[in-house]
Amino acid sequence: MPAPSSRSRRTRAARRSGAGETGSTFPDVRLHVVTGKGGTGKTTVAAALALALATHGQRILLVEVEDRQGLAQLFDVPPLAYGESSLAVGPWGGEVLGLSVEPRAALLEYLATFYKLGRAGKVLEKAGAIDFATTIAPGMRDVLLTGKVYEAVRRSRKGSGAVYDAVVLDAPPTGRITRFLNVNSEVSVLAKVGPIRNQAESVMRMLRSSTTAVHLVTLLEEMPVQETLDGIADLTAAGLPVGAVLINQVRQDGLPSDALGAAGRGDLDTASVAATLQRVGVAKDSKRAGTLARGLADEAGEHAQRVALQHRERATLDGAGHPVMELDLVPTGIDLGGLYALAEQLREQGLS
Amino acid sequence: MTPRRGPAEVPRLDVDALLRDPATQTIVCCGAGGVGKTTTAAALGVRAAELGRRVVVLTIDPARRLAQSMGLEVLDNTPRPVPGIDASAGGSLDAMMLDMKRTFDEVVEGHAPPDKAEQILANPFYVALSSSFAGTSEYMAMEKLGQLRASADAGEQPWDLVVVDTPPSRSALDFLDAPQRLSSFLDGRFLRLLMVPAKAGGRAYLRALTGVVGSLTGLMTRIIGAQVLTDVQTFVAALDTMFGGFRERADATYARLQDEGTAFVVVASPDPDALREASYFVERLDAEQMPLAGLVVNRVQVSAIPSLTAARSAAAAEQLSEDAGAESAEGTVVAGLLRLHAERMLRRERETAVVRRFHGAHPGVATVRVAAMAEDVHDLAGLRAVGEGLSVSSGG
Repeated sequence: MPAPSSRSRRTRAARRSGAGETGSTFPDVRLHVVTGKGGTGKTTVAAALALALATHGQRILLVEVEDRQGLAQLFDVPPLAYGESSLAVGPWGGEVLGLSVEPRAALLEYLATFYKLGRAGKVLEKAGAIDFATTIAPGMRDVLLTGKVYEAVRRSRKGSGAVYDAVVLDAPPTGRITRFLNVNSEVSVLAKVGPIRNQAESVMRMLRSSTTAVHLVTLLEEMPVQETLDGIADLTAAGLPVGAVLINQVRQDGLPSDALGAAGRGDLDTASVAATLQRVGVAKDSKRAGTLARGLADEAGEHAQRVALQHRERATLDGAGHPVMELDLVPTGIDLGGLYALAEQLREQGLS
Repeated sequence: MTPRRGPAEVPRLDVDALLRDPATQTIVCCGAGGVGKTTTAAALGVRAAELGRRVVVLTIDPARRLAQSMGLEVLDNTPRPVPGIDASAGGSLDAMMLDMKRTFDEVVEGHAPPDKAEQILANPFYVALSSSFAGTSEYMAMEKLGQLRASADAGEQPWDLVVVDTPPSRSALDFLDAPQRLSSFLDGRFLRLLMVPAKAGGRAYLRALTGVVGSLTGLMTRIIGAQVLTDVQTFVAALDTMFGGFRERADATYARLQDEGTAFVVVASPDPDALREASYFVERLDAEQMPLAGLVVNRVQVSAIPSLTAARSAAAAEQLSEDAGAESAEGTVVAGLLRLHAERMLRRERETAVVRRFHGAHPGVATVRVAAMAEDVHDLAGLRAVGEGLSVSSGG
């Protein structure tokens, strides 16, 4: 469904990001972390972002860490095994690969890399240490997950540079994101020396650098906006780089502004609406036309309230001092076509 | 099984009957994050109180404004009366927010001898783990539920209904799984192995160990370092003194969830993820023989004029825009109104299909649908309105 107001969006985007149509808002970022309150469509937006970044020849890795196979469902492919597999071809000539990080496998890989453990890993497994590390102690779990992301960002092939041009992380929700990203600094406190400490410090360095951006997905509703502002404050306090605020499911005004105002006040001229409805044949008689007109006016009233709320919440977000981008509500639900449409909207607003 | 034909046959969840029934002693609201679980729990509490029940609501992580709407300003782990409740039917409402760390500390203080308790509370691992252990918030919510019920049963408090919100976890199942996971960890071989050196009183003992234990401890030392391992062992040894009581209580509360006085209310929004989560949860309750009262679907799109379909509405809007008459302001407005209605109907169709899929898999789960509201709840009046929405399922 074409966005009715895509021109106004482009103008708004150019004004707010300063990047206009000339380039990306985040040219140096290699790791895009996407967080958001539950129910805001975080996974969908992360996927759209990966598609938007996949311009000609770019290889983008989309990573999920919550063990729920949300990416496979979204892209309609079989569940992702441990290892990277292709999810989709970017509409602008790149490729998006998917990775579902499973903590058990990540731990065994981690042990093999740092300790050349080989069969000893089996001993830990038998004793229940792997279970302990991956399910009971979330701190350890988060160390493993962030460690794997770090590895993917840094991975390179001899002589040909980085394997992935960018990594997009479908991260834990806003309420947990700072703790998740910051877990390696806690490790440094507990482990005073040794390879674990060195690894933890390298991961923290990358996450705090300008090659990382943490984007927050929100809706223009009170609770998600408040949580987004709290999240920005927490991230900033922890020295983690905040990227953009990505507003999902935006409802367009849909009506001329005077009509929207009238609808909000319950002042729409329903008699005249009814007459028009009857003229175009939606209603056969004036009784039916009256019923429909009142129903439409009530729905428009609710919509107007909603739009007014959106404007208030949008103003609050603009005050936070980070780039803000908007994605339209897709009334039919999200499928691959919907994802491409959202990716296009992100590109129009200068995200890539 | 008789074939089901449509949503019309789905039984309605009669919230008022559930709240009025004196046999209902505990209501647990479960569901994925972001579906309005806490709001539902609070609204059930308000409605039950105004129907004459003496209610306490335990919320886990309420948004600031929702907390304020119940007069909760501080997180102090103590139930306080909610001002402004209509007590004419003889009911009352207390509310509290769970302070996870405080509850954990209280459990430690209640189960360990004073010197041990002090040792545990000061241990760096306890400090790190008591607030971030996976399942801590679920475990502590159950612990608190147990405490509230116990003081109600003992007559120390006037409550005859406890309404519990559950932690905003990744999965609704975490609430049921986490305590079990925690106790199986406490029972686990790994922990006992870790404790061996501490119990034997020194590292010299290690040399005598052979096989798995020896190589395990050696391995752990290599991986996390000797200092860390010692801290962990001290912590675990200190905790050991209170494990028994700890687990017994978790088991008792879990068993309590299976008795007839408990009613689970599964909360979802009409989207595929939330309803998939609700499905898992309903299956699990069934497997554990836990009593399910029904499903609340929040934020559904409703329309007073459903007979005007999306297709018809969109076509008429198109026609108006094409007509020369569309130059008129009136034509533009009506076209806009019809487009808004078409979008609403499209969302409604999609939501209906998703909810129908749920009922296909779980016929007979009583359901109530609550219409989407334009704004969030700010005050008691808002919670009352949600409560009314819960008691009169939205048609349309």
